[in-house]
Amino acid sequence: MNYNWNWGVLLEDPYFTWIWTGLGWTCLVAVCAWIIAFTLGSVVGVMRTLDNPIVRGIGTAYVELFRNIPLLVQMFLWYFVFPEFLPEDWGMYVKRGIPQPEFWTAVVCLGTYTAARVAEQLRAGVGSIGQGLRYAATAMGLTPVQVYRYVLLPVGFRIIIPPLTSDFLGVFKNSSLALTIGVLELTAQSRQITEYTFQGFEAFTVATVLYCLVTFIVMTLMQVIEGRTRIPGMLSLGAK
Amino acid sequence: MFADFDWSVVARAYPFLLQGMWLTLQLTFIAILGGIFFGMLLALLRLAPVRAVSFAAGSYVNFFRSMPLILVIFWFYFLVPVLVGRPIGGFYSVLIAFVMFEAAYYCEIVRAGIQSVSRGQIMAGSALGLTYAQSMKEIVLPQAFRNMIPVLLTQSIIMFQDTSLVYVVGLKDFLTSADIIANRDNRLVEMYTVVAVVYFVLCLSGSLLVRKLQRKYVI
Repeated sequence: MNYNWNWGVLLEDPYFTWIWTGLGWTCLVAVCAWIIAFTLGSVVGVMRTLDNPIVRGIGTAYVELFRNIPLLVQMFLWYFVFPEFLPEDWGMYVKRGIPQPEFWTAVVCLGTYTAARVAEQLRAGVGSIGQGLRYAATAMGLTPVQVYRYVLLPVGFRIIIPPLTSDFLGVFKNSSLALTIGVLELTAQSRQITEYTFQGFEAFTVATVLYCLVTFIVMTLMQVIEGRTRIPGMLSLGAK
Repeated sequence: MFADFDWSVVARAYPFLLQGMWLTLQLTFIAILGGIFFGMLLALLRLAPVRAVSFAAGSYVNFFRSMPLILVIFWFYFLVPVLVGRPIGGFYSVLIAFVMFEAAYYCEIVRAGIQSVSRGQIMAGSALGLTYAQSMKEIVLPQAFRNMIPVLLTQSIIMFQDTSLVYVVGLKDFLTSADIIANRDNRLVEMYTVVAVVYFVLCLSGSLLVRKLQRKYVI
């Protein structure tokens, strides 16, 4: 194996800056997309647990639509196809008007895609609570909205913290797909360094290490949160 | 709205797209077979009573699960020719990347499947005088496999979708072929829409099939 090792290249400019801005974009895309995913996913997830068949159908349709198209195709749809279906001046605004159109496209695409996953987790979480709590809350005189707000959602979200963590890490990893529409995030930067310097080992290693590091930090953080928010005596709920 | 769209481009590109789909399917099936094989091996190692072995298998799984697939594809696309010493073509590099990557995910599925079989059965096996390997093979795995078939298939559908990522190294799978035509004829909207619809129909029928199987095979 012939390879010229040169780890120093990672500390040279501009490559050093590229890596850090790349990591910055990766985290920014992931966090923004997660905000969309969590909000939208919670709404769709709740829709899927309701009794009204139309509302439930809309929720199911959303989940099936976003789960059954590859994320990369969705990325292209949002970037190239979606603006064409808007009224003309809106389309122009989406394509040219907003600053960083690639970034926002990636955020919306990842957000709506992950929302389908969050919705599924929440549905499973609320489903695993069982009917007892719902009946009890209704018997106490809570309105359906209050039943969700004060009983089902607080318990449901606690149950699904572990799968939500892996969904968040999924967004974080999937943000690498943003490179296909031109967002210079971590993977894109490491590939660019490879192309400029031919030091692929070093560039990909540093990207790998950074991804592993962020994963580790998020996992640790979520374990702490899970421990802190645990309701005493409710442990058995998830295992039911 | 659809008035100025020219759908005939799809008909003209049909043979080329079909070729792309063939590559996608090849990649999917070989990666599924390889992934399940190595995944099962990893899962057995991970559950092995020897600590060092299970730790090594666990590290492999966690390592690959914390990496984005695109980065893994880049890694192997770059690494394999360097290791082998000569270019072996994008297809094989990507194939190795997929097998290695998916093995980590399949491992977790197989492990969950094995753990879903109650421990009492292994104990019963040892009580009957079977070795660990024998009770795994004769008692645990046949039941575990039945439990994990739906999840394995679901993961395979995800894997089918994931193969579209070979786009980043320019391998001519279904998406990349459509992309080439789209850019050549400047028909992005039509081509991407068709690609999305084809993937959607295939994946949806796949997941409906899985649901049907799930009802049938549940023990």
